[in-house]
Amino acid sequence: MIGTLTAFSDELRRAGLPVSLTETLDAVRATEALPLAGPEVLRAALAASFVKDVTHQRAFDTVFEVFFAKAPAPAPLAEPAEPGGGGERGGGDPPGELDAASLAAALADALSGRSDLDLTRLAALAVERFAGLEPNRPVGLSYYLYRVLRGLDLDGTVTGLLEQVRAGTIESPPELDQIEDLGLRRRLQREAVADRAQVLRHSIEAELARRLAAVRGAVPVARSLRRNLVEDIDFMHASRTDLGAMRRSLAPLARVLAARLARRRRLGRQGALDFRSTIRRSLSTGGVPVSPRFRLPRHTKPELVVLADVSGSVAAFARFTLHLVYALGSQFSAVRSFAFIDGIDEVSRIFAQSSSITEAIERVETEAAVVAADGHSDYGGAFSRFAARYLDAVTARSTVLVLGDGRGNYHPAHPEVLAGLARRARRLYWLNPEPRAYWGSGDSLIAQYEPSCDAVVECRNLRQLERFVSELS
Amino acid sequence: MSAAGDPLVRTRFSDAPSFSSPSALVDGLRSVGYLADEQIATVLYLANQLHKPVLVEGPAGTGKTELAKSAAALAGSRLIRLQCYEGLDESKALYEWNYRKQLLRIQADRPAEGATDGRWRSLEADLFSEEFLLARPLLEAISASEPVVLLIDEVDRVELETEALMLEVLAEYQVSIPELGTVRARSTPLVVLTSNDTRELSEALKRRCLYLHLDYPSLERERAIVLERVPEIGEALAGEVARMVASLRKLELEKRPSVSETLDWARTLVLLEVEHLSSEITTATLSLLLKHRHDLELAARELAGERA
Ligand SMILES: Nc1ncnc2c1ncn2[C@@H]1O[C@H](COP(=O)(O)OP(=O)(O)O)[C@@H](O)[C@H]1O
Ligand SMILES: [Mg+2]
Repeated sequence: MIGTLTAFSDELRRAGLPVSLTETLDAVRATEALPLAGPEVLRAALAASFVKDVTHQRAFDTVFEVFFAKAPAPAPLAEPAEPGGGGERGGGDPPGELDAASLAAALADALSGRSDLDLTRLAALAVERFAGLEPNRPVGLSYYLYRVLRGLDLDGTVTGLLEQVRAGTIESPPELDQIEDLGLRRRLQREAVADRAQVLRHSIEAELARRLAAVRGAVPVARSLRRNLVEDIDFMHASRTDLGAMRRSLAPLARVLAARLARRRRLGRQGALDFRSTIRRSLSTGGVPVSPRFRLPRHTKPELVVLADVSGSVAAFARFTLHLVYALGSQFSAVRSFAFIDGIDEVSRIFAQSSSITEAIERVETEAAVVAADGHSDYGGAFSRFAARYLDAVTARSTVLVLGDGRGNYHPAHPEVLAGLARRARRLYWLNPEPRAYWGSGDSLIAQYEPSCDAVVECRNLRQLERFVSELS
Repeated sequence: MSAAGDPLVRTRFSDAPSFSSPSALVDGLRSVGYLADEQIATVLYLANQLHKPVLVEGPAGTGKTELAKSAAALAGSRLIRLQCYEGLDESKALYEWNYRKQLLRIQADRPAEGATDGRWRSLEADLFSEEFLLARPLLEAISASEPVVLLIDEVDRVELETEALMLEVLAEYQVSIPELGTVRARSTPLVVLTSNDTRELSEALKRRCLYLHLDYPSLERERAIVLERVPEIGEALAGEVARMVASLRKLELEKRPSVSETLDWARTLVLLEVEHLSSEITTATLSLLLKHRHDLELAARELAGERA
C-alpha cells in the first residue's frame, strides 16, 4: 500500500496539487486506520489527506480512478475479434453480452428513471459492448469514449427522451408522478434525464480509465488524462465554463486582497489606553483601576482605483477582470472602476446598480463609452483622458490597480501621465495577463510604464494572482 | 488540568460502538437526526481514530455546525464551542488573566506596607496561579478531564494572526502559558473546525487537519434530511422539494439555496397544507429559498416559462 500511495501522491503532485510528505504520511496512517470497506470509503480517506481545496477534487478523482478503483473482469480486453483490428466492429456479439436492442431499452429506462438499473453497471456494460479496447493500440481514452457514446447513442437517446417528455408521451418517474402542474413536472423530468445522462457519461469515463490503467499501467493513463487545475487556466484562453469555476475562487481572493491593502492602516488591534475613562470608572472601586478602558481602534477601509483594459486583445482577461472588480467592490469602502480601450469611462455606477455580475458585464459592454476613436487600445490616450477627467479619484490614500497587456497599437505611451498618477497614489500596481517573455516586443509599452509602478506582475492565471495577493505587504 | 510532562492519555470515543467504523457512524449520526453520507462518516471516523482535527469547509447552511453538534450528541459528550468573529483574540479564544481579581488581591494585601521582596515574590506567584486564570474555549477543551467535542466555528472569520494562535492546540493539544507553563490535554478532544470559505485558510492550518468539503447534499440525502427534520411533510412532497431545490441551484444565482433554506421552505409548505408542488406555489414562496432580487427575478421568470 505504501508503494502505491507514494506513486499516487507523485502523480497528484504532477497534476499540480500541493502535496508534501506530510500529506502522504497522513494518507498512509489513514489507510491503516481504516476497517475493510468499499472504494468510496478509501476515496474519502485519501481525499481527506490530499485534497485541501475543492477545486482540486476533480483532478484527484481522476487519479484515484486510475490508481485504486478496481477494474472489473477484463473480459472485453480480449484480442480484437477480427484480425487487423480497428475500424468498425460489426455484429458478432460475444456470448453473455447484452444485445444492442436490450441495451438500448435498458438505457432509455435507466435515463428516464423507470428502472433501478444502476448507472455504473450500465456504464460497465456499455464499455464492454462498444469500446473494443485494444491494449496495444496507442489511442487515448477520448477515442474509446467517443466509440462508446456513439455505440450507445447516448445523445440521440437523451434527445429522444426529452422530446417524449415535452410531448407528454412518456411516464414520469414515480417521485414526480404526483405533481399535477404539467409544466413543472416536465421541467423536473427533463432535468432528471439530463442529470442521469451526465452521471452515466462520467461513469463511462471512469470505467474506461480503470480498464486502460489495468493494462497500460496507472501512471501513463493518469498522465494522458491530466488537465489544468482551475488556478492554472490561462485567463486569455478561458472558456465560459472555466470562468464560472474561477469566479468561485475569486471572491475569497478579493477579500484577502482587501485585507492586505487595509492591514498597514490598523496596526495593533487593541486601541490605546483611554486614561480618563479608566480613572473615571475606577472611582466606583475606591480608586483602583479595575476596568481599564481602551479607545476603539480605527478601522478604515482602503480606497481602490481600478483601470481595466476591456479591448478585444484581452477579451477573456477583461471578462475575468470585471469579475475581480465586482468581487472587490464588496470589500472596499470606495472602489472606483474605469474601463478603457482608447477612450475611458467610469463604470463604478454600473457595478453598484447591477444586481449580478452577469448584468454588470453586459452593461459595461453595451453602455460604457470606452471607444474614442477606432476601438483599438490606446494606453497613452486613455491615461491622458483619465488624468484630465478623473484625477480627483486618485488621492494619497488610494491604491491604483491597472489591468491590461500594455499593448498600445503603436500609439504614443505618454509614460509621464502614468508617472504623475503614481506620484499622487499611495501605491500603483500593474497586472499583466501576457507572458513575461513577450513584454517589450512589438507594440508592448510595458517597459516604459514599469518604472512608475510599485510592481508590474505577470498575471496569467489564478495561481499568479494569488501569489501577487499573498506577497502584498 | 495537568502540568507539562504528564503522559497524554489518548482516550477519545474509541470505545463507543458508534465510532467503530464509518458505516456505524452513518447509522449513529442518523439516530441523532443527522444524515451523513459515506464520505462525511469516513472523515469523522478518521478524525477520532487518528486524533486529528477535521476542517469542514463549504457554503453556509450545509450542515457543518450541525455535524459537530451531532457528533457530540452521539458520543454523549460535552460540546465546547468557540464562535469566531473578526477581532477575536487570544484572551477570548485561549485564556485571560482575571486582572480584576488580581487587583483586588493586591488591595487585600495592602496593610503590609513596606512589603519585603520575598513577600512580593510570593504574592506574584500567587497572582499567576490557576485561581486567577479565566479559561476560554480552547483551554477549557484542553483541560477537560473527559473527552469533549471542540467546535471552532467559522474560523475563516478570524485574521491570519489569530489563526496561528490555534495551531499549538490543534497540533499538540496543549496551551503554553508563560507564567504557568504548558497545559496539556488529558484526553484529546475531537476537534471540528468549520469555514464558510470566505477566505483562504493558511497552509499550516490545513496541513494539521483532515479536510472535508461539505457541499449541497445529493438529491437523495437532501430528501432524507427534509423527512428527518420536517417529518409531517410526507415522502412524496419531500422528494419534490429536493428535486425543485436542486433545479434552482442549477441557475446562475448570486446565492444558491442551502439546506437551511430547503428546510424553511419545506416547513412553510406544510403550514400552507400543500400536497404537491406547482409553479404557482413555488413562485409564491420563492423568497424563502432565494434572497437576492436578481435571483428571485430569474427564478420567477423560469417558472413562468413553464406555465406558459
Ligand atoms: N446532514 C444533515 N442532517 C440533518 N440536518 C441537517 C443536515 N445538514 C444540514 N442540516 C440542517 O440544516 C441547517 C443548517 O445547518 P448548519 O449546520 O447550521 O449549517 P452550516 O454550519 O454549514 O452553515 C440546520 O438546521 C441543520 O439542522
Ligand atoms: Mg455554521
